[in-house]
Amino acid sequence: MTTELTFPVTEQQLQSFSQGRDEPKWFTDQRLAALDKAGKLELPKPDKTKIAKWNFTSFSYDADTEATSSYSGLSDAVRTLVGEEADVGNLLTQKNGVTQFGSVQDELKAKGVVFTDMATAVKEHGDLVQKYFMQDAVSSDEHSLTAAHAALLNGGAFIYVPEGVEVEAPLQAIFAHEGSFGLFNHVLIVAEANSRLTYIENYLSEGSGDAAVANIVSEVYVGDGAVVRYGAVDNLTDSVTTYVNRRGYVSGIDAKLYWALGQMNDGNTVSENTTYLHGQGSYGDTKTVSIGRGKQIQNFTTNVIHFGKDTDGQILKHGVMKEAATSIFNGISKIEHGATKANGEQTERVLMLSEKARGDANPILLIDEDDVTAGHAASVGRIDPLQMFYLMSRGLSRTEAERLIIHGFLEPVVGALPIDSVKEQLYDVIERKVY
Amino acid sequence: MTKPSLSVKDLHVSIEEKEILKGFGIEVKGGEIHAIMGPNGTGKSTLASALMGHPNYEVTSGEATFNGEDLFEMEVDERARAGLFLAMQYPSEVSGVTNADFIRSAMNADRGEDDQVSLMQFIRKIDEKMGTLEIDQSFQHRYLNEGFSGGEKKRNEILQLLMLEPKIAILDEIDSGLDIDALKVVAKGINELRSDDFGCMIITHYQRLLNYIQPDFVHVMMQGRIVKSGGPELAQKLEEQGYDWIKEELGIEDETVGQ
Ligand SMILES: Nc1ncnc2c1ncn2[C@@H]1O[C@H](COP(=O)(O)OP(=O)(O)OP(=O)(O)O)[C@@H](O)[C@H]1O
Ligand SMILES: [Mg+2]
Repeated sequence: MTTELTFPVTEQQLQSFSQGRDEPKWFTDQRLAALDKAGKLELPKPDKTKIAKWNFTSFSYDADTEATSSYSGLSDAVRTLVGEEADVGNLLTQKNGVTQFGSVQDELKAKGVVFTDMATAVKEHGDLVQKYFMQDAVSSDEHSLTAAHAALLNGGAFIYVPEGVEVEAPLQAIFAHEGSFGLFNHVLIVAEANSRLTYIENYLSEGSGDAAVANIVSEVYVGDGAVVRYGAVDNLTDSVTTYVNRRGYVSGIDAKLYWALGQMNDGNTVSENTTYLHGQGSYGDTKTVSIGRGKQIQNFTTNVIHFGKDTDGQILKHGVMKEAATSIFNGISKIEHGATKANGEQTERVLMLSEKARGDANPILLIDEDDVTAGHAASVGRIDPLQMFYLMSRGLSRTEAERLIIHGFLEPVVGALPIDSVKEQLYDVIERKVY
Repeated sequence: MTKPSLSVKDLHVSIEEKEILKGFGIEVKGGEIHAIMGPNGTGKSTLASALMGHPNYEVTSGEATFNGEDLFEMEVDERARAGLFLAMQYPSEVSGVTNADFIRSAMNADRGEDDQVSLMQFIRKIDEKMGTLEIDQSFQHRYLNEGFSGGEKKRNEILQLLMLEPKIAILDEIDSGLDIDALKVVAKGINELRSDDFGCMIITHYQRLLNYIQPDFVHVMMQGRIVKSGGPELAQKLEEQGYDWIKEELGIEDETVGQ
């Protein structure tokens, strides 16, 4: 039996929402078609986590947020992430999908770089958006949540870096969420041949915690020789149920995509991160850290799928489980027939801090080609009492000793993150979440 | 200031229901160096671990006071902050935590918010102590003991000793695994601490270390307690003649703690 989901938005409401945003017809049509599918398709089935009873449909569709465009209008939490006004480089901030502040350096604009919100992008860069939006990386037909996403999209960013353009300074996006709003946030990044960029995003909650939904999809398209570094710190509150799907479509020869994901939500979360390595000699690297606490249930599935020859995919995931948190860490390295000389490696490690915490690490290698190399390692364990004794024998309190061990456990991932500001933010979040 | 003191009386310690220490007693004061010798498996490391509060060892009877306070009433970290230090025979490795971060946290552990060791002070001190111990600077940034060779771990224990400046230190086989040059260097480091404010219990199998660190007392452990005590000449005699003459003298057949 299939359970049909009912989303709290009718076709008419969606139509007028789209018109209100002045969207091109193709986009409106796509929304309406997707809304129909959202009610018919099934939920995704993350391995080893049952999500049938999770709240994906109960949320409000009213952003209840005024658009602003000045730095002074930003909340303290957002300002902490972006720094002083004078230091703001390339930034987009939104609250409940409504743009609050945006800035792009003139020299980047002059080179043809686009960094804007999705609402603007569909109007001003319609052709580009149409060419990539939910095409190769993600399809709205996959399941009910991708369909709902395509239908109800109400926030997000679009980034386009033309051929040969190297963007030095990071592009930063901050997506704040408040109240019972259902956030359907889409990030679309297109890096043309031999371009280079670093993108950093933050998801955070403001105000009190009403039951709400975040349905997040990111797509990254990486052309020949292009290098994209994608950093994220997800930090949504415990009343928000999150579906987040970040996909990379690495079609370029020798293209490189680095993911650095700090998955620090406090609510139930299903996260999928998939990198398709099509380009010959392309490289995909995923580093993830997460901390579970309270009673939250999370599922983190990371896929690297090798199609091209000489492709290299690396997965490294470390998670700490506190209290009664449950997390499943699935890692899948898939090497398709014909991807000769591909190399796929993965490591998943889980550290549990309490008797009630549950963690499971499942490394999976699926290989349809002989001439490849692959390897995996996984562990689920608790803090070693002898390490505790050693550290405490030097005067560290139990809490401080645990703190060092946890930081040490996460360090191989956090310390290796290719983006310094993500590293710093993560150290802060880890500090707050663990104590 | 009164001299630090560690006083142990009639100590009995078990591990997994098996009694290992059977009536151990000692009195260590500031300014004194005690060498504890004895064949393998006679309870030397057990003594060291139990005094520091190792979770696997159960104190079944007896008492220990540290500067007059009941040692067994204190948590491991409280013992350390009170000034007790144990250089371990097999120190743990802690991945992801750099040596420098760890040592600095340890130095700050018994200091108040506004009395923390500044980064400059710390660097100056650790540079100096690493110089004394001839440890390469790169070891500051290596993860704590991870992948250290046996000798490097020992030196790192002594580095922590010099950085933390405890009142009473127990050194468990700090000389095993050290080459002769390293032995001299480590001895020099320990000798730097010698003062009325520092007392030390050195567990060792070899007279050699005691050539460089002159002990005031030498004790021999067998069957989980001290069976003979003397001055430096006792260590000399053990080096030359082994333990058999003591066993004969005392009528001991099996010197270990038995099954
Ligand atoms: N976990 C354990 N379970 C059972 N027996 C143990 C355990 N740990 C130690 N023992 C036993 O306790 C006895 C004393 O061990 P201890 O390590 O104190 O000896 P030691 O004098 O330090 O020896 P060495 O000179 O070889 O270091 C030994 O017989 C040892 O096998
Ligand atoms: Mg021993």
